[in-house]
Amino acid sequence: MYTTIQELIKTATREGRKISYVAKRLEAKELETTEEELTKSMRERFKVMKKSIETGLTQDLQSMSGLTGTEGKKFWKYIPNSITGKPVAEAIARAMAVGNVNASMGRIVAAPTAGASGILPAVILTVGELFKRSEGEMVDSLFTAGAIGKVIAIRASLSGAEGGCQAECGSAAAMAAGAAVELAGGSPHQVGDAVALALKSIMGLVCDPVAGLVEVPCIKRNGILASMAISVADLSLAGIRSVIPADEVIDAMKSVGEMLPNELKETALGGVATTPTAKEIEKNLKEVSPK
Amino acid sequence: MNIFDIIGPVMIGPSSSHTAGAARLGKVAMHILGEKLLFAEITLYGSFAKTHKGHGTDLALVAGLLGLQPDDERLRESFKLAKERGVGFKFLQGELKREMHPNSVMFKLKGSSSERVVVGASIGGGRVIVSSIDGFSVNISGEYPTVITLHEDKPGMVGRISTLLATYDINIAQMRVSRSQKGGTALMVVETDSEIPKYVEDAIKEIEGIKRAISIAPL
Repeated sequence: MYTTIQELIKTATREGRKISYVAKRLEAKELETTEEELTKSMRERFKVMKKSIETGLTQDLQSMSGLTGTEGKKFWKYIPNSITGKPVAEAIARAMAVGNVNASMGRIVAAPTAGASGILPAVILTVGELFKRSEGEMVDSLFTAGAIGKVIAIRASLSGAEGGCQAECGSAAAMAAGAAVELAGGSPHQVGDAVALALKSIMGLVCDPVAGLVEVPCIKRNGILASMAISVADLSLAGIRSVIPADEVIDAMKSVGEMLPNELKETALGGVATTPTAKEIEKNLKEVSPK
Repeated sequence: MNIFDIIGPVMIGPSSSHTAGAARLGKVAMHILGEKLLFAEITLYGSFAKTHKGHGTDLALVAGLLGLQPDDERLRESFKLAKERGVGFKFLQGELKREMHPNSVMFKLKGSSSERVVVGASIGGGRVIVSSIDGFSVNISGEYPTVITLHEDKPGMVGRISTLLATYDINIAQMRVSRSQKGGTALMVVETDSEIPKYVEDAIKEIEGIKRAISIAPL
């Protein structure tokens, strides 16, 4: 059982392997199964991720509340004109596409949660394609992302209700950034730096869902944090180190989460959730009583 | 916690607590009824009552009652599916009581030969707890193979059931007995480490004093 990013980096570096290789071996041991079985299960999840991206980019979805639906598809079409440009714009569109699928009661993989489920698949697919990685390599990178998420879950939290959005979408971005570095051919150290840089960039981000629903601002936040994950992966690959090591940043995020008032932790009692427009939306939704 | 708790579960959105958890609650309730469901009166409390529409909580609860898994894409069409299968339902809103979890639901289920009242809550990450069956206090997660018995409240019943499980080499993980009144009907929930085959369930039903026994596979 591992509880720090540092020990994953150390083991992988000592063995001259990727973090995904080490994580897979440790997980197989803990679950008393084979690495082949784990890869098989992870590949199934990757397929669901890819399918959810495709669905969100091609179908005219509408969320249960009617507030969102086609942001991913719309942005995908806009990419040729975008300021951001490929591949980051693609990652943004893909992340929002999964958010759209999630909000319209489609099938997704929680990564690490349903509300943050767009970031990781979008980044892995985009960076994987860019570097012409095989499906197997992309599936492997999910083990790196999963191991990062596990350390965050153990040391801090992955839940918006406990730690705010920094713990939910922020963790997803940190997981995605680490996986992106590995896919791009970066070292285990660089994976750790990307995790630290990602979490430092969103430290303190609040969870303020309008009407308590996983839509506004969540879906667009998935898109923007996918772009941030790629940016910090780039920083790390360029050799720019995080002054504060990943584990210490995770611990800092935990303490910030504890300092955040409950109003900013998924209760819809603060942030954009209490703006006049949000209140109006909430009122309109309430008027539809249960059947 | 393993890596598939982080990269997973595969589920129908938008919310693990309000959608996936709701579907699981419906499914556990359906298993507790243990026979064909004809009508369900579903009362929503707290956050379930407030945000059920935007989260598809209502659709997920009905889907669960029909036996659908939390990752079944037919979740959003569950009302139509219920109609096709001749299952009726209606939704009510209740006042959240102090001791209740904010995501709570009460099912009043009418089956082909019996009725059951099941109260449960979605406690986060898709995990659920059933806290009461017909007014008997219980604590069922649905994560273990579970046997629920209704039996006469008399000496030796607990021993007979645990001995029988031991005979089939089934280890008990958790066990809880509660009763309506002394000498009346008691309800026992046994969660085990290994699966409970049909013949063991049948053997439990054969024990003298057992009125009803239901076995639930882990969800």
